[in-house]
Amino acid sequence: MLEIKNLHCKLEEEDKAILKGVDLTIEAGKVHAIMGPNGSGKSTLSYVLSGRDGYVVTDGSATLEGENILDMDPEERAAAGVFLAFQYPVEIPGVGNMTFMRTAVNAQRKARGQEEMSSAEFLKVIRAKAKEMQIDADMLKRPVNVGFSGGEKKRNEILQMAMLEPRLCIMDETDSGLDVDAMKLVADGVNALRAPDRAFLVITHYQRLLDHIAPDFVHIMADGRIVKTGGPELALEVEKNGYADILAETA
Amino acid sequence: MMALPKVKHDATEARLEGLFLPEGVGWTAAARQDALARLRAQGVPHRRDEYWRFTDPARLTAAAPRPAAPMDLSDEAVLHDEIDRLKIVFRDGVFDAGASDDLAVEGCEIVRLAEAQKTDLHWARDIYGALEAQGQTPVDRPLAALNTAFAQDGVLIRVTGRVPRPVEIVYRHEDDTSDPILHHVVRIEPGAELTLLETGTAGARFNTALEVDIADDGRFHHLRDQGRNHLRQAATHSFARLGARSVFKSFTLTLNGALTRNENVIAFTGNDAQAHVAGAAIGDGREDPFHHDDTVFITHDAVNCESRQVFKKVLKNGAVGVFQGKILVKKGAQKTDGYQISQSLLLDDDSQFLAKPELEIYADDVACSHGSTTGAIDEEALFYLRSRGVPEPRAQDLLVLAFLAEALLEIEDDTIAEGLRQRIEDWLDRRAG
Ligand SMILES: Nc1ncnc2c1ncn2[C@@H]1O[C@H](COP(=O)(O)OP(=O)(O)O)[C@@H](O)[C@H]1O
Ligand SMILES: [Mg+2]
Repeated sequence: MLEIKNLHCKLEEEDKAILKGVDLTIEAGKVHAIMGPNGSGKSTLSYVLSGRDGYVVTDGSATLEGENILDMDPEERAAAGVFLAFQYPVEIPGVGNMTFMRTAVNAQRKARGQEEMSSAEFLKVIRAKAKEMQIDADMLKRPVNVGFSGGEKKRNEILQMAMLEPRLCIMDETDSGLDVDAMKLVADGVNALRAPDRAFLVITHYQRLLDHIAPDFVHIMADGRIVKTGGPELALEVEKNGYADILAETA
Repeated sequence: MMALPKVKHDATEARLEGLFLPEGVGWTAAARQDALARLRAQGVPHRRDEYWRFTDPARLTAAAPRPAAPMDLSDEAVLHDEIDRLKIVFRDGVFDAGASDDLAVEGCEIVRLAEAQKTDLHWARDIYGALEAQGQTPVDRPLAALNTAFAQDGVLIRVTGRVPRPVEIVYRHEDDTSDPILHHVVRIEPGAELTLLETGTAGARFNTALEVDIADDGRFHHLRDQGRNHLRQAATHSFARLGARSVFKSFTLTLNGALTRNENVIAFTGNDAQAHVAGAAIGDGREDPFHHDDTVFITHDAVNCESRQVFKKVLKNGAVGVFQGKILVKKGAQKTDGYQISQSLLLDDDSQFLAKPELEIYADDVACSHGSTTGAIDEEALFYLRSRGVPEPRAQDLLVLAFLAEALLEIEDDTIAEGLRQRIEDWLDRRAG
């Protein structure tokens, strides 16, 4: 589904390389986790895949179902099925959550040549999904993420993911700052979305999320590269020994 | 009085050419003569005047307006149509009886200036030109004096109870060179309440004045949509005098307009009163110029009054926004609460926002604050929206609406607010094509 080859990027503003040759292939239906020390480039990878300004790809490629996504606008990538659950969801005063979600859902449908969802149908669907994420009607009415607690913001990300039904779900530290109950909720939301035609790229620091979302593969990222790939046991190893051993052995 | 500099004198006489104090104006005659004398003493404004530093008044003082083609408005719904209201229609400044409702509504008395000046109308005589004259210090407002002197018509409303439905003054613009001068007077008697709507473009060029005298415990709501004509030139003035515990709330929406100067002059004369003025404006200078000026002067001369100014402007393609807002707190006006915010959202580097916020305070127990900001679209928010599949232009529109929404929050009535918000959305949608 997603094929990243030798991906290099640098900052637009300064001559600083961040990604230094990332290779990663994710098949449909699989869950891949990426772990790694702070500053290793995990968020940058998620931004480059979703099309945020500020990064220049200097080498390599990234394709989704064979299509080059790196030349697309963020909205085109979204319509193609890329979704990023932000590490820090953005607060947008003045834009209602509902308006935002309806606009997004219908824009994606339009881009894919599908019929727009009626207001009534949209309401029915979002209410049902919000309930699963324990997001109450009042939160839906409020401006996007404004006044939401850290946990509410993360749950709102998963709600958006559920509404948009992307093919590739990238989650950037969705678990950080969540208490055990909230993490369970988020994990349940993710597990409910697991499907043969959908893949996940889960960036996390902690093994505990991976207890709930069993990954098929775990990758370790360091200094802009994936330095080690293994199964779920790799996450346990990190949990126990930290990154030092792995980094020493791959250096 | 100092003689006018020659250029001002000449410019004033040039403006007055072809204007004559109307005949048969009964009780307004004296007020009109006084106003003309004020105008002659002040002279028409010039861009070297401090008060016109950011807005060149040349188009407003020229002998004739620059032609402005009317807009085809068939693509938009009638504003406020879902509200039961009394409509008074002026077509290029001329009263249109056929399109207007009977000027009869419970709780108030409505007459037209052109009719009423022939009869005696004590209550209006005390206000017509009087609030305008008071508003001439400490700053000259010659275009308002011009209005009082030469107003061809207008609406005089005396409110004695709670008026069950809003009164709407509807302006229609059909003539390329129309140049109406209209003067409205509202008197809110003690405890009475009125909502006044003003909708549309009054002419190719227009000069309107509104004098509002609110007695103790009266309430006045004013909601104005200045239409979306591109080349029109406008000078408007609102003068309000607030009695004890009274409330004055005014909101103006401006979409397009080559030149707009909206002046609000508010004086607190009774204690514990409240005045809120707000405005939202969007201008795109791509095809036609856009210059919008909000000038506000609030005088606190009573105890424990609250004033609030919230002005927002979205500017694009060389559009210019101006805000001049002053809060004057006189000696003894203790417990004054004065708030003022003016903000612009610049959608490109060509546009500009010029702001001059001022506080002048002679009382010691007051809470006054003002702020003015100029900003661009929040790139983080834009990316967030786009990453969810919202196309960039639509994402930008959502952020524009969000920015203006704060000014719309000043509107008390939800139905009216929604109607005006929809106007903004329609404007954005038309541009999206
Ligand atoms: N926009 C940016 N401006 C400056 N430095 C950046 C920017 N984005 C990333 N970096 C730098 O790139 C490196 C990788 O950052 P990041 O991708 O956030 O790492 P991680 O998510 O793995 O903690 C860090 O050194 C960080 O400071
Ligand atoms: Mg990160």
